[in-house]
Formats: sequence, C-alpha cells, structure tokens
Amino acid sequence: MIHVFAFYLFAVLTIASGAVTILARNPVHSVLWLILAFFNAAGLMVLVGAEFIAMLLVIVYVGAVAVLFLFVVMMLDIDFAELRAGFVKNFPLGMLVAVVLLAEIVLGVGAYKAGAMHLGTPDGAAITAPGTTNIAAIGQLLYGRYLFLFEASGLVLLVAMIGAIVLTHRQRSDSRGQNISRQNARRPDEATVNMKPEVGKGMTL
Amino acid sequence: MIGIEHYVVVSSILFVLGVLGIFLNRKNIIVILMAIELILLAVNLNLVAFSAFLHDLTGQIFAMFVLTVAAGEAAVGLAILVIYFRSRGTIAVDDVNRMKG
Repeated sequence: MIHVFAFYLFAVLTIASGAVTILARNPVHSVLWLILAFFNAAGLMVLVGAEFIAMLLVIVYVGAVAVLFLFVVMMLDIDFAELRAGFVKNFPLGMLVAVVLLAEIVLGVGAYKAGAMHLGTPDGAAITAPGTTNIAAIGQLLYGRYLFLFEASGLVLLVAMIGAIVLTHRQRSDSRGQNISRQNARRPDEATVNMKPEVGKGMTL
Repeated sequence: MIGIEHYVVVSSILFVLGVLGIFLNRKNIIVILMAIELILLAVNLNLVAFSAFLHDLTGQIFAMFVLTVAAGEAAVGLAILVIYFRSRGTIAVDDVNRMKG
C-alpha cells in the first residue's frame, strides 16, 4: 500500500516539476524545478530497488545542475534584486515545497524499508542471485562482464574533459606564466649584487 | 498494484515534456540543455524500470552509461556555450547566424 502511495506521489511530482521546468519564465526557477524532478525520479528508482542508480542520479545530476545554475547566473541578464523582492510573496510556496520534500523522504524511506517493489516478471530466466544487494550485484556485473564497456565510458569522460578544456582554454597576453628556461639560466652571481653604500649617500640601482 | 505500465507511462510523459521543452524555449539555450537532461532522465527511468521488471541488472548498467554520456554532453555543450558567449556576448538562439545556415 505504501508503495502505491509513494509511487503516485513521486510520479506526479516528477511530471509536474518537469512541466514547470520547461514552462517557467525565469531560467533560475527552471533549474530549481529540474533539481526537484531529478530528486523525484531518484525516488521512483529507489522504489523498484535500484538504489545505486538513484544515488548516482542525485549526486551526478544535482551536481551538474548546480553547475548549470551557475551558468544561468553568469550568462543571463537576471535582476536578482527583483528575485529577492518576492521572498515574502513566495514564502508559502517555498514552505509547501519543503514540507512535500520532507514527506517524500519519510515516505521513501518507509517504502524502501518495506522492500523493493515487484513489477512482475515474464519468465524467471534472468533472475539475479538472491541475497546480494543491488550495489554488490552491479559491481560484480560492472567489473566483470562489462569491464571493457566501463573502461570505454571512462574514455568518453576523458575525451569530454579534454574537449571542454581545449575549447575554453585561451592564451591571454596579460598572464604571467613561468619561463622555465630563463629561470634555469639565471646564476646566483649575476642575480644578486653586494653593495656597500656610504652613510648618507644612498645608492642607485 | 504498480506495474511496468505505470513506469512506462511516467517516463514517456517525461520524454514528451522534454521534447516539448525544446520546441517551446526556442530563445534560451540553457533551458534547451535542461530539456535534454529531462529526456535523458526519462530514458534512464525507462531502463531502470525494465531492469526491475525483467530482474536483469543490465538495464541499470546501461543507465549508468547513459549518465556518463549525459555528463560528457553537458560538459562539452557548456564549453561551447562559454566560447560562444565570450565571442558574441549573448547566448540567444536567434542570434546564432554566423554560419548562414
């Protein structure tokens, strides 16, 4: 019973926040609703017993979306004083979202404790070994049968990282980098000079 | 009782919302990126639901690979956005006409 209730709560909130994400006028609001959508989708995944993917979704996606949020802040001309002015007006909505999130967490933990939901299976041929947790089974599969695919996905991430760095890197004329050959060519005797100035005369450099 | 159909319906609605978002937000490329993330989320949800339905963990492994590709796509997309913004000072989609396409 708790499964059904939790499913409908998560599903309705996922779809609703997805809809608000694409309909919101303000991109900052869009980002925040997108985070809510990811959170609820992670709840849906927990319900069927895919805990690891759910946690990965929260960590990776909410982290990535936070970066997206920074981009919105940097690149769009948004008046933040105007946004902050709606604090009192938006306070009830904010409290509502907070209460719903809290209820979701409580409900999600309750449904998780009640065991994974069974969606039914057409035949029993592909059943994973009983007694292993989700993350252990995924680890065995990932580092066993799918090892090369796993390494290939690491390669994809490497290429994406190098591509992003190459794209955004620029040589600035005013940056003062390290000149290693010049540094090594310096000798102590020509780098420092020992002077003995007379009293009251001073010295010229 | 919740079955696989419920999950398929939710993820297909989410997918359609993502596609709709691309069409609705023609001006703002950041919202388009978010809509793409929504589409990938729907795909992941579908993969995980069928993985639970078939009792086969391959779907969850594949969802991880989709996540990897999504992360790479977001990184490269945002990098392109940064260099575009640096050269033009705007990210409005309507102004992207340098290639005269």
